[in-house]
This record gives sequence, structure tokens and C-alpha cells, in this order.
Amino acid sequence: MPNNAITLELKSEIEDLLNSYVQCIDDDDLENWPNFFTDQCLYQIIPRENHEIGLPTAVMWCDSRGMLEDRITALRHANVYQVQWYRHIISNPVITTDDGETFHVQSNYAVFKTCNDGESTVYNVGRYVDEIVRDKGVLKFKKRSAIYDTHRITTLLVIPV
Amino acid sequence: MNAQEIINKIDVNGNHSPFATYLDEDVFKLEQENLYRGKVWSYIGLDVEVPQPGDYKTTFVGDTPIVLTRGEDGSLNAWVNRCAHKGAVICRERHGHSDDGAFTCVYHQWAYDAKGDLKGVPFRRGMKGQGGYAKDFDMKNHGLETLRVQTVAQMIFATFDPETPDLEEFLGEKMCENIRRIMHKPLKLIGHTRQFMKGNWKAYAENSRDSYHGALLHLFYPTFGIYRQGQISEGITDKVGCHNYFNVSAPPKEDLDYKDYADEANREMQGPHQLQDTRVLNFIPERDDNVALSIQSLFPSVVLQQIQNTLAARQVLPKSTNETELVWTFFGYEDDDAAMDEHRLRNINLVGPAGLISMEDGEAVELVQNGVHRDGELRSFIEMGGNDVEDYTSPMGMDENAVRGFWKGYRAVMARD
Repeated sequence: MPNNAITLELKSEIEDLLNSYVQCIDDDDLENWPNFFTDQCLYQIIPRENHEIGLPTAVMWCDSRGMLEDRITALRHANVYQVQWYRHIISNPVITTDDGETFHVQSNYAVFKTCNDGESTVYNVGRYVDEIVRDKGVLKFKKRSAIYDTHRITTLLVIPV
Repeated sequence: MNAQEIINKIDVNGNHSPFATYLDEDVFKLEQENLYRGKVWSYIGLDVEVPQPGDYKTTFVGDTPIVLTRGEDGSLNAWVNRCAHKGAVICRERHGHSDDGAFTCVYHQWAYDAKGDLKGVPFRRGMKGQGGYAKDFDMKNHGLETLRVQTVAQMIFATFDPETPDLEEFLGEKMCENIRRIMHKPLKLIGHTRQFMKGNWKAYAENSRDSYHGALLHLFYPTFGIYRQGQISEGITDKVGCHNYFNVSAPPKEDLDYKDYADEANREMQGPHQLQDTRVLNFIPERDDNVALSIQSLFPSVVLQQIQNTLAARQVLPKSTNETELVWTFFGYEDDDAAMDEHRLRNINLVGPAGLISMEDGEAVELVQNGVHRDGELRSFIEMGGNDVEDYTSPMGMDENAVRGFWKGYRAVMARD
């Protein structure tokens, strides 16, 4: 009865992780963002059109903690883009597990983007498909896929979703 | 000034063009009529996107929706995605497959074959003597509007105009040679990404031909100290100048063990920051020529790229005076193994809408569009490295040769004076 492993306490702990993750990005605390992942991890932002027909191309594909950190260093020091803020709205998650150790979690997200002109737009909408594990007592993403419906990215994508 | 007068004011050597060419709606309309439906070949896809008979892909030539199909006889066909009956869109998916080889409009079930010929009309003779079409109704006269289709290597192009010279002549031998260099063996499709820019398509066409901005706008390389000495680079254009490519070689082989390519790159001119995971930069040579970067812009519609081991066709789709969509089709080769598949995915972090070294191109196009607003009578200044178009420049990065080439080619098609 592995799904019995999902107690209310665990559910709340997973929800905390999901909420803290988007708060970290929306608060521009991006140096902290890699800490949500295990050292061996995969983070990808992949268009739904590829995902659905089994094509692997993603716009961000980071398979190490180092690559996550490099994304933030590049964003702070190298990439050129206009000032912008994200605001994530996420749904309640659906959680399953086979072994009580790896939790498969899916939730919907919408990212609104606001730039200096003051207009807020629906920038990227999709779902997170996650594998969450306990790492030294703390829940972390072993794998996080942001599968986005808004397959036409406006201007550029620099901040992770 | 009307649209034609604006176009005629473009410098004959491509040294300047009026900002109104980015802004004027009538210029955009003239482009659709005289350029995209004129004597040019527009890129519409890769062979591997429609491998089987019955496969199709919907795309655009200019802003006209079209469908690329593979016929039962293996032929490639393209037709305007508009039913000959009431003008309804026929194919609504991005891509798909027709099991019976028929393409049927959902509105009144007019059915066409892959070549665009009308094959069936419901109630053609009416029912019980009522309705139906007249006896002289001939399905042959009601086919879809078709385009000519030709290929170079595995790239597919289409043209509306029956008089457009053959594709290989249009592109020229040098351009075809570089396409064959990239497509030297069967391709494997690995996905699409789409980038939508709030700017004119010509600002992007200039951007891809502009080697001057590379190290100045895209700060990823200098920031991480990734600068490779000993690189050989060259810019090559066709006769007119509107098609071009830049090829940049990896550092000389004797200096480098390719397994340590990224380490070497990071060491050579240390920037203030260092990459934690340099695998993103790895380059595995796949040809004898040592070229690590190739950007080929084919007028008017596509950029074919090899950046390290990322391979992609970027289709440039004009949507309005101030909207352009860039469709990136990424590919590898059929004989890639699992390690190469993974390496390409890691490399792709460098390019595309979230590309560490290329995301800013979308930003640049929008900066131009926002900057030129309202002042269409003013003009750009494109005289870096000369004031005409040379068919060969080396090294790249010190000139706007191919940008002038773009305007020269554009003017040759569009001007009426």
C-alpha cells in the first residue's frame, strides 16, 4: 500500500517545497534556487509539443547541480535582457509513490511576467512533473520537468520557471 | 512616402535603409506579394519531418499558411492551407499523418490528395434529383493552390512563382555546399522550440548576418573567459550577397585534445567567472573540416546553424510589421548513439529562446523596433568594414558585409525604379 505513505504531514511538506520553490524565484532569491535540487538531478523546461511526441529538445536542460548554478551566474553577469519579474501561481499537487521513497508529483503552474512598461502578461503556462526524494532529511527535486503549453516563448527565457 | 518609395530609398549597396521598412504596413503587404510570393524560395521544413507517405506538416510561406505533404509516391508537395470551396483551413494540426492519403476539409468534407488535387465532393449529384453541382462541374478545376517544391540535401523549400529559377541556382553553389556539409548523412529530428519577437523580421535577418554584434551583445563567452585563440573564421556570400555563411574553426588540432576542449577554453583567457559544469561547451568533431560554428542565412526565410554540436534550422516567419516568430527545428543524425543524444541536449542550452549565448537576439530585435518607432524617415548606418558587399571576408566580426548583402538582395527583389 505505498500510497498510504502519503500522510497529511508528508503532503504538507511537499506543498511547502513547491511553494518555497516558486517564492524563491519570484522573490529573486535565485542564488538559492539550486538548493531545491539533489546534486544528481535533472531540471528541464520542455515544450509540450516535443514532450507529447517523445522528442527530447528542451529550452533548458540541466543535469547537474553545477549547470543550475551556471544558469544563475550567466543570468546575473552575462545575459542581456530587460528588467522583469515573474509571479507564479501553482495548483495543489497530485502525489503518488510506488516505494514510499520517491514521490511523483504533478502540479499546474502559470507564470505572469511584468516588465518596466508595467504590463503584466501571461508568459508561460504548463505543468510541473516532479520526482521528489528525501536528501539528508530534506525533500528535494531529483527531477523537475516544466512542460509548457505556451510553446511560443515571447522574446527570450532567462529566469528559470 | 508610399511603401514603394520607402523601399526604393534603400541604398543600392545596402549601406543604409529607412527605418520605415520596419514600420510601414504597406511595406509588409508588398513583401508578401512581391517577395514571399515572388521569385524566392522559402524554407518550409526538413525531409525528416515528413518521412512517410501521408505525413504532413503545417507551416507558412511569409504569412500565408501552407501544408507540406509526402505523397503516396514519395513526392514532396506544398499547397496553401485553404479549401477551394469556402476558403476554410484544411489542416489544423502542426503535423500529422493521413492514413488514407486524403486531406479533408471539416466544413463540407471536400477531400484532396497529397498533391492538392480535389478527389471528392459530398452530394456532388445532390439527392433524389435535388441540389448538387451542375453536370459540367469538373473536380480538376477546383484543386488547391499549389507551390513548387525543391530540396537541397534534406532541406525543403517552396516557391509560389512558376518562374523562380531552380533552387540550387537561386542559392548558388557555395551555399548548397555548406548545406551539404551540415547534412552529410541522414538526419534525426529531435524537437522544436519557438521564439516570438515583437520586432520586424528584417531586424532578425540582419541580426543573423551580423558578425559584428557577436562578442559585443552575447556576453556569455567573454564573461566566462571562453575565448579561443587560433580560430580561423570566414564569411562567405553568394553572388548577390543576400545568402551568406560564417564558419569558425575550432582551435588547431595540435594544440588541443578535444576531450578537454571545454577545460582548455575556460583556461585560455580566464574571465571573472567560471563555469561549474563545462560539459555544456563540449565539442565533438563530426566532420573533417574542424568547423565548430557555422551560421548560414538563406534569404529570406531560414538560418541553418551548427554551434558546437547543436544543429538547427531557424525558420523566420513574419507575422506583422512588428511581430516575428522564429521556429527552431533541432536535429541530430540517425546514427547518433545515446551519449551523443544526451550531449546534444546539453549543448542546446547554448542556443534557442533560452540559449546562454543566443537568447539576446530576441532582445536586440525588440530594441530596434522600439527605438525606430515613429521616425521612419530616419535610416540605419551599415558601413562597418566597407560600403559594398564582398563575397569573402576573414576574419569575421569586424564588418557588416552580409548585412549590406541582405539589403542589396532585398532591394533587388523589392525595388521598382
